[in-house]
Amino acid sequence: MEQPNQSYINSLSGGDEAFKQKLIDVIKSEYPEEKEVYFNNYNAQNYKLAADNVHKLKHKISILGLEKGYEVAVAYENNLIDGSIDQKEQFEAILDSITNYLKTL
Amino acid sequence: MNCIIIDDEATARMIITQLCTHAPSLNVLEEFPNAMQAIKYLNQNKVDLIFLDIHMPDFTGFDFIETLKNPPKIILTTSDPNFAIQAFEYDCIVDYLVKPITQERFLKAIDKAEAKQETAIKPESKSQNVETTSGNDLYVNIDRRLIKIDIPSIYLVEAKGDYIQVKTEDKNYTVHSTLKKIEEKLPDSLFLKVHRSYIINIKKIIDIEDNSVLIKKDVIPVSRSNRPELMKRLNLL
Repeated sequence: MEQPNQSYINSLSGGDEAFKQKLIDVIKSEYPEEKEVYFNNYNAQNYKLAADNVHKLKHKISILGLEKGYEVAVAYENNLIDGSIDQKEQFEAILDSITNYLKTL
Repeated sequence: MNCIIIDDEATARMIITQLCTHAPSLNVLEEFPNAMQAIKYLNQNKVDLIFLDIHMPDFTGFDFIETLKNPPKIILTTSDPNFAIQAFEYDCIVDYLVKPITQERFLKAIDKAEAKQETAIKPESKSQNVETTSGNDLYVNIDRRLIKIDIPSIYLVEAKGDYIQVKTEDKNYTVHSTLKKIEEKLPDSLFLKVHRSYIINIKKIIDIEDNSVLIKKDVIPVSRSNRPELMKRLNLL
């Protein structure tokens, strides 16, 4: 399974360590909230709202260099819009890997 | 180009702000987490370019564009490439950036915006500046209209890149001009430059601290070199 990485963040920061750390801090603060809102909506079977949450989480997935994970998120978002929960497990595994990765930063 | 950023995601706003630092022509004035706050801002301020997220709760980027009478140039930012066709139905949209945005792609979008800006400005390059004063009035040229501003009602003039923002009791005006130019038009008896970016109406000061003055709700920095002149002009007990 691909692992989160900082290649996009590094290219964006251009060696500006202060910016890089600030961006990581913002991600670390936003990500748990976005994830929680997703789970709340999913558990309440509000799949359309959960799809919106996946949409937003998709950006974090791409920032952390998860190209395959991004494709999974795109597919899962579309599934939720259609009322299907296909790819839920794969998507949530990506969320877990990000959660674990952010703990190391 | 003076620009604002509208995106409900703080991470996205921060990334765009960072990307803007690599485009010397851009001056980020404000960033907003939702469209409503941006609409309020745009009612009083003029911008050249908006970075606009499409997918926001309550009010989408397209809803936002529909509320604008004369939309400035807009660069859409989105995680969803599927809106591209809809996007180009709007003349104001100059480009469409899919997140995560790379620096190279971002700069291409800015080039497009600048090209459009030049086309728009050239025929009316003299159309937005400080024109003249007549007694207590100052005329500024905005969108080919000479607008009269009552000089004593001005409480603050702020430099913002290639523009100045003239704040009055009733309204704010964004004018393509310089602080130096307007300083020459304002009476010394009322106005004082307290910082390289600010001219204040000294009659409107509410209070003064060591290195700042409060005017209305604006806290304005006072540079060390300008402080003695400010103190001289006050009726101190």
